[in-house]
Amino acid sequence: MNAAAPALHVALVGNPNCGKTALFNRLTGGRAKVANYAGVTVERKEGRLLTPAGRSVRVLDLPGAYSLAAASPDEMITRDICAGRHAGEAPPDLIVCVLDATNLRLHLRFVLELKRLGRPMVVALNMMDVAHKRGISIDVDALQAALGLPIVTTVAVKQGGAAALLAQLDAAVVQPPAPGTVDADLHAQVRSLLASAVTMPRATSIVDDGIDAVVLHRVGGLAILAAVMFLIFQAVFSWAAPLQDAVAAGVAACGDWVGGLLTSMPLLQSLVTDGIFAGLGTVLEFLPQILVLFLFILVLEESGYLPRAAFLLDTLMFRVGLTGRAFIPLLSSFACAIPGIMATRSIADPRDRLTTILVAPLMTCSARLPVYTLLIAAFIPRREVLGVFNLQGIVLFTLYFAGIVSALMVAWVIKRLRRDRSEHTLLMELPSYRVPDPRSILLGLWERTLIFLHRVGGILLALTVLLWFLSSFPAPPADATLPPIDYSLAGQIGRWMEPVFAPIGFNWQICIALIPGLAAREVAVSSLATVYALSATSEEAAAAALGTTIAAQWSLATALSLLAWYVFAPQCISTLAVIRRETNSWRNVWIATAYLFALSYLASLLVYQITVALT
Amino acid sequence: MRLSELGKGHGAIVAHVEAAHPDDPVARRLDELGFVAGEPVRVVALGPIGRDPILVQIGFTRFALRRPEAARVVLVEDTPR
Repeated sequence: MNAAAPALHVALVGNPNCGKTALFNRLTGGRAKVANYAGVTVERKEGRLLTPAGRSVRVLDLPGAYSLAAASPDEMITRDICAGRHAGEAPPDLIVCVLDATNLRLHLRFVLELKRLGRPMVVALNMMDVAHKRGISIDVDALQAALGLPIVTTVAVKQGGAAALLAQLDAAVVQPPAPGTVDADLHAQVRSLLASAVTMPRATSIVDDGIDAVVLHRVGGLAILAAVMFLIFQAVFSWAAPLQDAVAAGVAACGDWVGGLLTSMPLLQSLVTDGIFAGLGTVLEFLPQILVLFLFILVLEESGYLPRAAFLLDTLMFRVGLTGRAFIPLLSSFACAIPGIMATRSIADPRDRLTTILVAPLMTCSARLPVYTLLIAAFIPRREVLGVFNLQGIVLFTLYFAGIVSALMVAWVIKRLRRDRSEHTLLMELPSYRVPDPRSILLGLWERTLIFLHRVGGILLALTVLLWFLSSFPAPPADATLPPIDYSLAGQIGRWMEPVFAPIGFNWQICIALIPGLAAREVAVSSLATVYALSATSEEAAAAALGTTIAAQWSLATALSLLAWYVFAPQCISTLAVIRRETNSWRNVWIATAYLFALSYLASLLVYQITVALT
Repeated sequence: MRLSELGKGHGAIVAHVEAAHPDDPVARRLDELGFVAGEPVRVVALGPIGRDPILVQIGFTRFALRRPEAARVVLVEDTPR
């Protein structure tokens, strides 16, 4: 093949849960360019590959669809591109329709619908390994002849599992199929295809039936769900600890080493060690926790458990004005509201989607963990409760729980305020259980780590430097008696804010930390570290850990009030920007900001005043 | 009888899908997912709260439907259970 020939443009299409994304990763090695389709919030994922014969191929991973009669923006994109009618996308040279070999009754109908388009098309019969295990026998030659389309078999989760598809891409150009009669009964055609080429020992998998009987049990299922959630939170707090210590020590050592090189320039040295490395360390320290959380979400997602959880919770969520489908975006929001809000694209009903977006920031995102961890470690004793649980873990669980309960309450209020009472639909497929593929999990973890570092890295560095500047200038007068930061710009801003926040127990140091926390919540901790490191009057105080400092200087009421503030805390500019992008409306951004600010002020006020009255 | 009235573990045959109103997208989607005349269905599980949603096995696939969605699926009356 001539290397200068234009790249072959291939579109991967298929029903949801057909293993299309795994096949995309297998073909492209997971390297993809991710963006949006012009004008809509539908993810566009494209990768490149070279076939064994050296042919260059561009692969477009289209959104999963059940039908070309589109019911959501995702399905409209798939419909338009497959038909070659999309304004911004060239028609694909070849459509690769991916099928789950164990779910042919549903997936073959979509193949027949696509075939009517009369475009060059290949069928990838995926998950052949699972089909073999379940004793399903498929006469590929007979199916190919009956369908009138070339069929290749693939096992996307196995090394070399896409070899047949790659060979097909190298082979001669696929001729478009004859469209056939347009008004033919597709379901009848599928039945006759199945009768002639497929033998199923039984319609369902014995494993699925067994697991579903337990996991979807009306009492046992809910108990398992609660246990899974509790396990996740305990793991985030305890498993990640050794890794966190290692990261913190590593960053501190780097800071000292770099600082040592700069002893001749005290101002620059202060910027590097007190500003950049102090801030970097505080945030990188929380990466292990975020990874543990993402690991659990990815494993649950890959295994097929998440839709089951959505099934169990649907009625509860529906009654408060959400949908079971909101469970997955809301669970992702525990890691970060940004991927969570973006995941609401899977909710077809626009009203359900907007409600989910508005309450997603109430899920305790990992960026709040640094604040929680710092305050819990400083003010809550590490004590065993009932011999198994740790008091600190229980307080953390309570904070998460408070976020969930308030999300349900806010959703209920939105439902009451809304005048539109027409039907909200569910119609959700529960896919077969699968053993999670370690490669996909690692790829997913890697992708999410990059997003987190990318998001945090730049903002954090810029803000740390800005804050260091605000805290260091102007320099204190020669006859100063107070710590230098009292005379700085930051001190002045903090004191100006203090009267507003005094009723909820915030001192001016906290007020300063709230400002950079606007960019990303976790930055509040590094800001506190900067503020306190700089306001220390002696070497010893500067060296003391931030936790020890605030444990000595803050009252319990102030600490609890700040914890309550962060359950609701609206100040995350990235989240507001995503709400703007995903809803295409400034009004929704203002609604979210205003209600979150009001809730956090109210909650902190209650917590502070009650604690002061009791202690 | 309708799919929403079928008990857990019971099977039946689909007669047709009834649109709740003209141009009903839910009815159309049910048809596309395989709820068509002559297709066997079975209720696999019921949600823990108010026996809702209903988990239905159709073909080789499982779908969770809320009661008003399942009520659109009309079943053949004299199905031997």
